[in-house]
Amino acid sequence: MKMRNSTYWIFLAPCLLALAMVLILPFFQGVYYSFTEYNGFEVTEFVGLDNYIKLFQDDQFLYSLLFTGGFSVASVIGINIIGLLLALFVTQKMGKFNTVFRTIFFMPNLIGGIILGFIWQFIFLKAFEGIADLTGLDFFKGWLADTETGFWGLVILFIWQMSGYIMIIYISFLNNIPDELIEASTIDGANVWQRFWKIKFPLLAPAFTVSLFLSLSNAFKVYDQNMALTAGGPFSSTQMATMNIYDSAFKVQEMGYAQAKAIIFLLIITVISVIQLYMTRKRETDL
Amino acid sequence: MIAQNKAKTYGFILLGLVLSIFWFYPFYLVIVNSFKTKSEIFVNTLGFPTKATFENYPEAFAALEFIQSFFNSLVITTLSIVLICICTSMAAYALSRRKGKMSSAIYFIFAICMLIPFQSIMIPLISIFGAIDMLNRAGLMVMYLGLGSSLAVFLYFGALRGIPQALDEAAIIDGCNRFQVYRYIILPMLKPTTVTVIVLNAIWFWNDYLLPSLVINKDGMYTIPLKMFYFFGEYSKQWHLALAALVIAIIPIIVVYMFLQKYIIKGISDGAVK
Repeated sequence: MKMRNSTYWIFLAPCLLALAMVLILPFFQGVYYSFTEYNGFEVTEFVGLDNYIKLFQDDQFLYSLLFTGGFSVASVIGINIIGLLLALFVTQKMGKFNTVFRTIFFMPNLIGGIILGFIWQFIFLKAFEGIADLTGLDFFKGWLADTETGFWGLVILFIWQMSGYIMIIYISFLNNIPDELIEASTIDGANVWQRFWKIKFPLLAPAFTVSLFLSLSNAFKVYDQNMALTAGGPFSSTQMATMNIYDSAFKVQEMGYAQAKAIIFLLIITVISVIQLYMTRKRETDL
Repeated sequence: MIAQNKAKTYGFILLGLVLSIFWFYPFYLVIVNSFKTKSEIFVNTLGFPTKATFENYPEAFAALEFIQSFFNSLVITTLSIVLICICTSMAAYALSRRKGKMSSAIYFIFAICMLIPFQSIMIPLISIFGAIDMLNRAGLMVMYLGLGSSLAVFLYFGALRGIPQALDEAAIIDGCNRFQVYRYIILPMLKPTTVTVIVLNAIWFWNDYLLPSLVINKDGMYTIPLKMFYFFGEYSKQWHLALAALVIAIIPIIVVYMFLQKYIIKGISDGAVK
């Protein structure tokens, strides 16, 4: 029994309408704005490729892209290693404690970037000073005061937030590995190390695809944490691409120019995601 | 062998406790320091308060206008979730029950939209909604529906593939119309997916800062993250109040998490894997 035409469209209408208003129309409008001078109220001039030429000479924008890239690489590696280790750990036989530990490791993920950013601001500025006084280690002094500690501060915050989430993904894939496989390998004399590298690791290939994709795209789009932890400082040296776009749109009011940056940002994210999916999928089938 | 296994289990539990304490330590420091006076935070950051003070809390509670911001957050999160669950499950139902070029094309549009990062449509989105006078709470909910629909439609569509069409047909022969089939037969069967959609979107809507800051940045409409942000601007470096405010903002999340921990974890894992 086929669904009637009218019913079909009534069921689809609310979603499609929202999608059109919120994503499709703004997307095309955005492409158009990126070729103009736009102040938020009216397009004052059509400037062709000028905005795009300008952004490739904009050192602060290029720097923010580079900073975002570096941040993403460091966080993705950290999140996936720690997430996987936590997943391997909480899938050991520990009775009720499995749930307890899983619950605790996941917790930071429920709290938003703004609040997490302020929490870690306190940790880096005040608690680290306390640790420095207690231990006499200079390492804990002056965090967030320069680019390097600002960078690692953001990475630490983001790893702490996201690894619990990635852990959940690895757990669900680990739970899908048949017990017989693990038992058989144990009987055959495989040790923990061999069991991990020869059995679990290859079978986790699809988990890597999902986890890398999610952590990478989330890392690239970070804004709230950046805003609350360092606000881009000192001297815009920890400003990420999203904040750079936001500032030139809503602080400097150069919306056409900001939109051109946003289009470049979209292209970069899309290219990186496609390459990553292609590579990890290929690895899935190669194994 | 058994004794050895037991020792191993205890070893793991011990390691887990150490790791958990380490993981939880930032929260611990925030909580402990929220009970200290302004001056004590500076001289004694790591230890217990010498004399616990509760005075930070009423002041932070008032400055956050907590009851109002809490209800603002609650209203936006709840209504947006209801809207997204109803609209996307209906859309997915239509797509799954009429195969063909049109449905494939629409499904493809949903997929493509998932790749668009928010920042790349942010500026025109605000212009368009500003032009039709929708920079308000209703507008925000429509935006959430648009931004969240792709993932929710996918999840519902996946679940609907497992519900046989014969069920619809039997109900229609019994005299149900399509809407009744959806409402009384399909929707109840989609409950596990609805839990996933609720969990994923609740975490997002409740914590979102950027979009609300652009859309409902007005006195009286502030959500918790928005209010928190302004609070920090006004009270910067008054850590005793700031920390109490952070604890107040976190408490509702932790309480909900304790009660619904099982559903939340399941929702997250289904949402990412499917």
